[in-house]
Amino acid sequence: MILSFVSLRGFARPVLAAGALALSLAAGPAAAQSLLNVSYDPTRELYREYNAWFAEWWQAQGNPRPTIQASHGGSGAQARAVIDGLGAQVVTLALAGDIDAIAANSGKVPEDWQSRLPHNASPYTSTIVFLVREGNPKGLKDWDDLVKPGVEVITPNPKTSGGARWNYLAAWGYAQENGLDPQEFVGALYRNVPVLDTAARGSTTTFAQRGLGDVLLAWENEAYLALKELGEDQFDIVVPSVSVLAEPPVALVEGNIADDATRALATAYLEQLYSPEAQAIALRNFYRAWDVSAADPADVARFPEVNRLSIDYFGGWARAQPEHFGDGGIFDQIYQGQ
Amino acid sequence: MTDITPTRWRPATTEPALVKWSLTGLCLAVLTVLLFAPLIAVFDEALRRGWAFALASLGDPDAQSAIRLTLVVAAISVPLNAAFGIAAAWAITKFDWRGKAWVITLIDLPFSVSPVVAGLLFVLMFGANSALGGWLVANGFPVVFAVPGIVLATMFITFPFVARELIPVMLEQGRAEEEAALTLGASGWRTFLTVTLPNIRWALLYGVLLCNARAMGEFGAVAVVSGKIRGQTTTMPLMIEMFYNEYLSVAAFTMASVLALLALVTLTLKSALEWRYADQLAATHRHH
Repeated sequence: MILSFVSLRGFARPVLAAGALALSLAAGPAAAQSLLNVSYDPTRELYREYNAWFAEWWQAQGNPRPTIQASHGGSGAQARAVIDGLGAQVVTLALAGDIDAIAANSGKVPEDWQSRLPHNASPYTSTIVFLVREGNPKGLKDWDDLVKPGVEVITPNPKTSGGARWNYLAAWGYAQENGLDPQEFVGALYRNVPVLDTAARGSTTTFAQRGLGDVLLAWENEAYLALKELGEDQFDIVVPSVSVLAEPPVALVEGNIADDATRALATAYLEQLYSPEAQAIALRNFYRAWDVSAADPADVARFPEVNRLSIDYFGGWARAQPEHFGDGGIFDQIYQGQ
Repeated sequence: MTDITPTRWRPATTEPALVKWSLTGLCLAVLTVLLFAPLIAVFDEALRRGWAFALASLGDPDAQSAIRLTLVVAAISVPLNAAFGIAAAWAITKFDWRGKAWVITLIDLPFSVSPVVAGLLFVLMFGANSALGGWLVANGFPVVFAVPGIVLATMFITFPFVARELIPVMLEQGRAEEEAALTLGASGWRTFLTVTLPNIRWALLYGVLLCNARAMGEFGAVAVVSGKIRGQTTTMPLMIEMFYNEYLSVAAFTMASVLALLALVTLTLKSALEWRYADQLAATHRHH
């Protein structure tokens, strides 16, 4: 009470100085030739290689060398971050629905984004395959082997993971194509799932590093990557007779384009994904790509033909999402019934 | 003369040897399983392919920028929190005012709020969809998904540490010395520098160490506001998770070892302080 407030003024000075330091560190001006690609988890290796190639290419066109930054996370969470203000100029996500969400909630992406680039704005595609233990000890060849008693299936939760929705739909499609009751079939499949991780990488870790389960339902690219990183002598890949055509789409985030230079860079970044060189990079990183002209034949030969059902087979995401994965949807009925 | 039975006698304040040793053993066993073994496992994983490989992983530009960012964030948030902690402890212990108890509770809030909630709070406040956040982004000063957001989140999580250390010490010391200095004609600032600060310096250092350890290790709140841009808004704890998810386990565990070493250094300093300056650290220790 007796003390004067002089002391308070003394405190204020260092506080303000530190605050000003924080501001100056943060406000680093966004250089014209920098680009932020907000992507999803399994594309880390792909975009690391593509970003290096693209920076070279862009420079070879007579431009200054760009800085390409990447952010990876769960596809839905990444879309949410862009809506909340993460300054991505391009998004390369797992599901069209996630980019639709950005368009609907922030208006930063035009509604017709998917028609602005070839192949539904998907420069590469993937499918769902089985990763099994070396030598396939349980003899798992197709979806109907996975519903047998005593088989443990590892797949993430379709409520939270984009990849897991494809896993679920692939099984559904197999049942429908083979005249089985899909709901019963998928129910039997999920009864063989001992643990539902929240995301695809988590499931891969559960299967590969913690050694749980007999079969991992995985993105084809993830399965090959696990093979490459964790040892070809530990796992085998089994391609089922029916699977899905997953089209991870890309889009320009109009709302985050500051000037024409950035627009040119971001547009080229997306367009060059379709160039033979980039397609070869995608194939090398275990994605199925459209243009194989510059690819290593071994990278192309890796992928066997498979009957791939696109999301249209299931009525499009707008219908499949609420019907199967919404609150009280078919997945809830299947899973709560257990 | 009566017979004394010496074998059965023991002071009433000690336990039988069996109880003593089994309790000690249990405690050590739990510590081994829960603390030492995992800690050793972290270092073991890091060195699985040798020292050279582990050290080389720290040379990765993303790893270096993560280390740099963590140090920058700690360098900003720890001094600010130290200043805040001193100011808060000063206001609470040297003055009487209404609502003091309420402010003390408020200072404790970050201890009880989940870090995820803290992170989301900043996204809500400064995200592009709030009025303030929208204005800041439009003027080229984004807070969330940029360094300021990470600093804010870290400060929020660590702000009780210094104040909580200082308040009991300053309460115990009372106001008499400051009042004496003032009546002798010292200015407020001089009173603080020559009377208060020397009295609280060890407690202050202790609080700063704890605050620093937490600031460098914070994951949850930072993960929400970071945007996870590699080489730009990725701190060490976030980088560890990313490396691990990319199957770069040596890089992940090497960085985890660096963080663990920082924590161990902090812990050692803290123990040294406790041992040397116990009487000046926490008022309650005085009456032992």
